[in-house]
Amino acid sequence: MAMMIHVDIVSAEGEIHSGQAEMVYAPAIMGEVGIAPRHTPLVTRLKPGEIRVDTGSGEMKHFFVSGGILEVQPHVVTVLADTAIRAHDLDEAAAEDAKRRAEEALSGQQADFEYAKAKSELAEAVAQLRTIERIRKGKRG
Amino acid sequence: MAGAKEIRTQIASIKNTQKITSAMRMVAASKMRRAQERMAATRPYAEKMRHVIGHLDQAHPEYTHSFMKEREVKRIGYIIVSSDRGLCGGLNNNMFRKLIREIREHGDKGIQADFCTIGLKALGFFRRFGGKVMAQITQLGDQPHIEDLIGTVKVMLDAYEKGELDRIYICYNRFVNTMVQEPTIEQLVPITSEAEKELSHHWDYIYEPDSKEVLDGLLTRYLEALVYQSVVENGACEQSSRMVAMKAATDNAGSLIDELQLVYNKARQAAITQEISEIVGGAAAV
Repeated sequence: MAMMIHVDIVSAEGEIHSGQAEMVYAPAIMGEVGIAPRHTPLVTRLKPGEIRVDTGSGEMKHFFVSGGILEVQPHVVTVLADTAIRAHDLDEAAAEDAKRRAEEALSGQQADFEYAKAKSELAEAVAQLRTIERIRKGKRG
Repeated sequence: MAGAKEIRTQIASIKNTQKITSAMRMVAASKMRRAQERMAATRPYAEKMRHVIGHLDQAHPEYTHSFMKEREVKRIGYIIVSSDRGLCGGLNNNMFRKLIREIREHGDKGIQADFCTIGLKALGFFRRFGGKVMAQITQLGDQPHIEDLIGTVKVMLDAYEKGELDRIYICYNRFVNTMVQEPTIEQLVPITSEAEKELSHHWDYIYEPDSKEVLDGLLTRYLEALVYQSVVENGACEQSSRMVAMKAATDNAGSLIDELQLVYNKARQAAITQEISEIVGGAAAV
């Protein structure tokens, strides 16, 4: 039997693929790499592109990744795939957006956190909850 | 028939409320199951990453990223994960209470805090009580996506790298089981790496393009994945907490209806008795 290498493709939102393969092709940042069993340890960023997994039975599995990280150990290949399209300026824009939202939501707001006010309101809410609990228990008993 | 009609309408309205709460309970139960599945699905990614980072940390001591360096704490950041909607028991309030205690403890030591909120409830909370919210995101829905979180997390990480924050905590509800959700505050940055001691022989990866860039990308993604995981976990907590709360509400409505029914029957009986005695009295008079 031909030598096999284990392939895991995972993203933050779930596992995409897990299984044995004869050969894995991935779009690394400096050009496509092909990984055979007993490859030397390697870590690389991935470009958006296609990952091909040659399962050895003549079947080729295709997965699209929009970037991510590839980790290679002699018998395991791990692809940490991004589900989102990442680019520096895109991330920057997203960050700006998050900031702007916060500013809009809180415009005209004092900068210091008021412990006393918050605490009293929370105490009230908790007391309410506790009362409800007690009423409920009393009814049942 | 004094009040019988009023009681009847009251019973009808409570029955309607009960229908709503029991429907909400069922919806929450099915959403909870899906949220739990999602929670399980996010685990392998973070685990694999932790593995690689642990290795990089060991195999590559000459470069330490700022996310892994401890420094003196002057200002801290909190990423607060909350739900978008209410009617889920004390879930958010319990967490805010724990958070306030923490902020106060830090405040006593002269450490100020900045915030980043995820979810409407946390935003509303800080809107009411002030505090510097650096970034926020709301309306993530039942299926949060990691790209929605990237910007929000980046604001905090950038502040950390610029030295505006010296430590970042994440605050969310940990899912213990359906009945128990535990408000949790965990340190996100600097990363507390659990070094794997099993690597005795020294070997290193080949890096493309170079180790610094790979590690940077990896760490950012790792932190985002952790935040995402908390969001998903908090979502599962929200649903299970809502399920329990709605179950209680339905039960309460049931017992209220029983009581009112009793009062109604008594009133009705009293009215009938009175009528009979009036008739009898009238007949006797004739």
